[in-house]
Amino acid sequence: MSDDLMIEVAGLTKRYAGNTAVSDISFTVRRGEIVGLLGPNGAGKSTTMRILSCYLPATSGTVRVAGLDVFAQSDEVRRRIGYMPENNPLHLDMRVREYLKFRARLKGLDRQKSRQRADVVMEQCGLTEVGRRIIGQLSKGYRQRVGLADALVHEPELIILDEPTIGLDPNQIRSVRQLIKGLGGKHTVLISTHILPEAEITCHRVVIMFDGRILAADTPENLQKLMSSHSQVIAEIAAPAEELQECWAQMAEIEQFDVSPGEGEYFRCALTPRDGLDLRSQIFSLARERGWSLRELTRSRHTLEDIYVQVTRPGEEES
Amino acid sequence: MRAYWTLVRRELSGFLLSVGGYIIIAAALFLMGLSFVVILEKLQKPTPMPVTELFYVTPFFWLILLLTTPVITMRLFALEKFSGTFETLMTTPVSDCQVVAAKFSAALLFYALMWLPLVGCLLVVHHYTNDTAALDGGVVAGTFLGILLLGGVFISLGCCASAMTRSQVIAAMLSLVFGASVFLLGYLASQLPAQDDWQTRVLSCFDLFEQMHNFARGVVDTRPVVLLVSLTLFFLFLTLRVVESRRWK
Repeated sequence: MSDDLMIEVAGLTKRYAGNTAVSDISFTVRRGEIVGLLGPNGAGKSTTMRILSCYLPATSGTVRVAGLDVFAQSDEVRRRIGYMPENNPLHLDMRVREYLKFRARLKGLDRQKSRQRADVVMEQCGLTEVGRRIIGQLSKGYRQRVGLADALVHEPELIILDEPTIGLDPNQIRSVRQLIKGLGGKHTVLISTHILPEAEITCHRVVIMFDGRILAADTPENLQKLMSSHSQVIAEIAAPAEELQECWAQMAEIEQFDVSPGEGEYFRCALTPRDGLDLRSQIFSLARERGWSLRELTRSRHTLEDIYVQVTRPGEEES
Repeated sequence: MRAYWTLVRRELSGFLLSVGGYIIIAAALFLMGLSFVVILEKLQKPTPMPVTELFYVTPFFWLILLLTTPVITMRLFALEKFSGTFETLMTTPVSDCQVVAAKFSAALLFYALMWLPLVGCLLVVHHYTNDTAALDGGVVAGTFLGILLLGGVFISLGCCASAMTRSQVIAAMLSLVFGASVFLLGYLASQLPAQDDWQTRVLSCFDLFEQMHNFARGVVDTRPVVLLVSLTLFFLFLTLRVVESRRWK
């Protein structure tokens, strides 16, 4: 059972002088999974990652990586981890290849192997053409890739990336995500992010953290369902208000509705479906049947903020 | 061991591939040059002192020691903590002990390198005076042993100061204060009236002036060697504790 688990966190709490950064969280990550820690700034993502990578001790609770305790068997754990901290600190005065070789040596590879691995990860991260450039002169995107290459250089079992795509342009973000996706299966990957689509695209499973606690941990699809259960459909329809209200009240799939006058003869209807159903096609056919003129039909998109609000205050919307 | 040498190389190249390192060497060289002028003045008259002792009795030795060691050591930990690379370093499988030892060794090597021009001064004197005593192997070795041992103490102090903070400026000021305290302790010890109570005897062990003077004369006594090496190890131990303190619960 525990052979299959890469990360086991149980009852982890971390207090800094006075305030609690992480309070009593538990989660597990299986080998080969890509798991995203999702949460706003200050949710405790970085602290969790720092504890996992043996940089900080936990106040209480146990954390195991590959069955080894991160505090008692720190050396063994660090050998198995490739960690890229937030803001990706690098030695800016070194050259890319030199830096990667230096890091590989620190991580216990011998001279020949570190040279070989440096070349492999440079190839993997698209750094081959800048291998001889000084890191301080590289663009942010390249630096980020250097950080990634560093995390990969000793072929760790577990790769921990703290906000790997922050501050990159959309193209760079796409290539970094592709790279991370490619790591799944062979490596276990834990990434942190505060961007929901990122977690959706790259991760097999998402752990949502807020205020030092875990609010939800599930696959992106299930979380999506959870969110859309409260998502609304907005329809702008030109029809008599009474008729609209009557119609919505009769539809069993609609849990709640709100009809407010819009521009001219149009009314803006905000419809909350039951069980996260997508009502759009139904509404469209209804409008066609009744000969209403339909101007807009959208499903309101939920941002991460909304999920937090929902998960932190369950039941409020139902009441 | 592999990680140790990798780190030593990295730290040394940090000194030698930056302007900072050369500014330190230039400043030390300038002070050595001034002391060289003083030595030449004194050599106008015949003197029984070896040249290394002549150098030591100019105040420049202490000036170089006190001023350069904080500047050499300030970057060791503080810079890495500031830039965040300390985190990437400490999450690799290197032990805290290796990190402290490597940083100290690199700083000490750089410090030794900084003192090499003194050999040049001695060679010049030797060349122009035909004075065999000017470059007596034993005396020069004794002097450099003293320089290294005292340097070790001040550099380990600086390591400790640098490990305590994220700011290089604070690290430099702290190690200057620590260094000046040790220096003043030595000064105090050298000014003591000869009494035979135990306090005086303990304090007189710290007479760094007399000890260095002996080294410069080519007299290597085991007592100061033991004292200076133990002081260095003590401060390195403190540094190690400071580095480890991050992992205290």
